Amino acid sequence: MSKQKLMEKEIESFDFQSGGEASSQLKNMLRKLGVDSKIVRKTAIVTYELEMNVVIHSEGGRLKAAVSAQELEIDVIDDGPGIPDLDKAFTPGFSTASDEIREMGFGAGMGLVNVKRYADKIDVESSENGTHVKVIIKLVN
Amino acid sequence: MKLKEVKNLLKTNNLLETVPEAEELEVINACGADLMSDVLAFSKEKTLLLTGLTNPQVVRTAEMVGIQVIIFVRGKQPQLETITLADQLDIFIYSTEMPLFEACGILYKYGIGPENINYL
Repeated sequence: MSKQKLMEKEIESFDFQSGGEASSQLKNMLRKLGVDSKIVRKTAIVTYELEMNVVIHSEGGRLKAAVSAQELEIDVIDDGPGIPDLDKAFTPGFSTASDEIREMGFGAGMGLVNVKRYADKIDVESSENGTHVKVIIKLVN
Repeated sequence: MKLKEVKNLLKTNNLLETVPEAEELEVINACGADLMSDVLAFSKEKTLLLTGLTNPQVVRTAEMVGIQVIIFVRGKQPQLETITLADQLDIFIYSTEMPLFEACGILYKYGIGPENINYL
């Protein structure tokens, strides 16, 4: 199924000023395309959690989004250091975030849990060279 | 309850210039949280967010879930970047001297409901 590229945006490590801008841009884009508001909201939550994961935990990465008539495909790829234990990362409340990050309101251990909750499909590949999270959000039932 | 009544109950200060239409906003649910993933997990659209966090990511989080009003508790003054972003995104922001527990308690007492966990 051919997909049309919607956006690709770099995400800087530890950039808490700009963190969330990619998700914000994508949200506005989807709204302008007339996507159902519930789906826009689901997508915004998914991309924002993944974008902030890149800001907080990685050495930087990128967010890509593509769309077909049936679905949205979100790819969030970072440059490492990878998730050591994927099972734990999907456990509600588990977090490796520092106290500094927690003071900013992140590191609740709900990030990937939230992504899984709102995504129609999620695949995660992770090694020390980086993590690739692919999420599919259906546009039609 | 209208937002103007919420503002009276919590004795809020305006952090941006007052917009007349904000006063008439209907507030049905509220969420008190200092963890942004909890807000992302459980908030409904058009909810009022009460929080002690003041960084710009609070406004970003509100934007993602469609929260229109943020009240900063414990008399905290948000960073300039937070106020600027809220202004850009048309999110209404206020502060109150009350702690989170008291602010939530007053709103609950006067009929603002808790949120049901929303799995979409």
